[in-house]
Amino acid sequence: MTREEIEKITNGFLVDEIEINPEILLPESSLKNDLGIDSLDFVDIVVIVEHNFKFKIKAEEMASVKTLKDFYDYLETKVNESNK
Amino acid sequence: MRRVVITGMGIYSCIGENLSDVCDSLFKGVSGIGIEACRTEYGYRSPLTGIVKKPNLKLLLDRRLRIGLAEQAEYAFMATKEALDNAKIDMDYLEQNEVGILYGNDSSAKAVINSHTIILDKKDTALIGSGAIFQSMNSTVSMNLSVIYKLKGVNMTISAACASGSHAIGLGYLFIKNSLQDMVICGGAQETNYLSMGSFDALGAFSTRMDAPQKASRPFDAGRDGLVPSGGAATLILEDYDHAIKRGATILAEVSGYGFSSNGDHISQPKNEGSFIAMSRAVKDAGLQAKDIDYINAHATSTPLGDLNEAMAIDSLFGETKPFVSSTKSMTGHECWMAGASEIVYSTLMMQNSFIAPNINFENPDEYSAKLNIADKTIQQNIDVLLSNSFGFGGTNSALVIKKYKGF
Repeated sequence: MTREEIEKITNGFLVDEIEINPEILLPESSLKNDLGIDSLDFVDIVVIVEHNFKFKIKAEEMASVKTLKDFYDYLETKVNESNK
Repeated sequence: MRRVVITGMGIYSCIGENLSDVCDSLFKGVSGIGIEACRTEYGYRSPLTGIVKKPNLKLLLDRRLRIGLAEQAEYAFMATKEALDNAKIDMDYLEQNEVGILYGNDSSAKAVINSHTIILDKKDTALIGSGAIFQSMNSTVSMNLSVIYKLKGVNMTISAACASGSHAIGLGYLFIKNSLQDMVICGGAQETNYLSMGSFDALGAFSTRMDAPQKASRPFDAGRDGLVPSGGAATLILEDYDHAIKRGATILAEVSGYGFSSNGDHISQPKNEGSFIAMSRAVKDAGLQAKDIDYINAHATSTPLGDLNEAMAIDSLFGETKPFVSSTKSMTGHECWMAGASEIVYSTLMMQNSFIAPNINFENPDEYSAKLNIADKTIQQNIDVLLSNSFGFGGTNSALVIKKYKGF
């Protein structure tokens, strides 16, 4: 899966399933403060990521994920790991 | 002591999804019963059910407010939205004033079963999503509506089987009468999915008149063979009378009496003595006598034993005056946890429009119902005072007296 595909799928579910306004999905957007993703939304994102990317997010791995770009980076790393 | 009035109503049921359509259905004697074929494949003895349309809340509520709603909470949202609009209460009012919620509900089977199915498959609870817990609890309705409507008063769900909705109104009435609240959102909600009714079907309590679904629910009729499950939600805004006048609210009717009792006997079989006590207490609480009741909206679910016992109780208390009696369950089926509240909505609509809705499918009385004055057709008739009964498993009995408002 390419980086571009990862970003497209991620943006897709953030808009369609988490119902975030697509106009604020910028790489520098803060997940918490700009996109309004709270702890309950995070529970749902774990489910959606497992469905789309076939791995389960671990909370401790997300500690340094603050922005949307951080999230894309994290997903790319995990997807590549599981492909090895 | 304070007087308690109804200033708004809302309904989402198998005979209509708003007050106007429901009133029309009641007047015309329209049945909302049908067959859900998947029930037979799943293993039901009877696939008969009230057919309730699934509402689409996507345009009405943000995601976070929507995803914790179980099916019956979605119905309750639709009914409550109509009731608050009806009462001319907006979000500004709710944010600035203390309003409570006492809502009837006694199951949330689908949500629990869905969560279990996912966990069983994935062996991981982290994959059921954040909405699951809030959907799975009995209090899903009051919990979610209090968040959606920013309620800051009393906040709980009343679980009393098929008397849940009625007791919820009775308790709302008591809270307001005793100056603990000025306004309470009361109601009853019932899930209608096939996962929720299997264990009820297991008792063999449902009608198997599959060749004529709309004739299956026949309360008081000698040929009745069981109830038809149904559901949806109904909401009533109860308010202190002085508070309502000050607010400029329109008064729809008065809740003037509440009576309750428990049979202390069989878990599923009714007892006419217990019903009698609840009805007499409600009439006495309203400061009235049996002769003052113009119409009784019966609990009667179309079961052989249930209707018989209620007929005995009604005849014991009202045998001399013989008020009109009908069971709207003949049209709606048994709305279970919703019924006590929806039947107050149906009865109040009748009162406002001066008609008595028919007990459809009443073709032949049995020896007990022969003694009652059952309205088998729509009767255009003024109703000043009505009594509504609801009885549930475990022997819980509730009765409410509603009076026409003509000024105090």
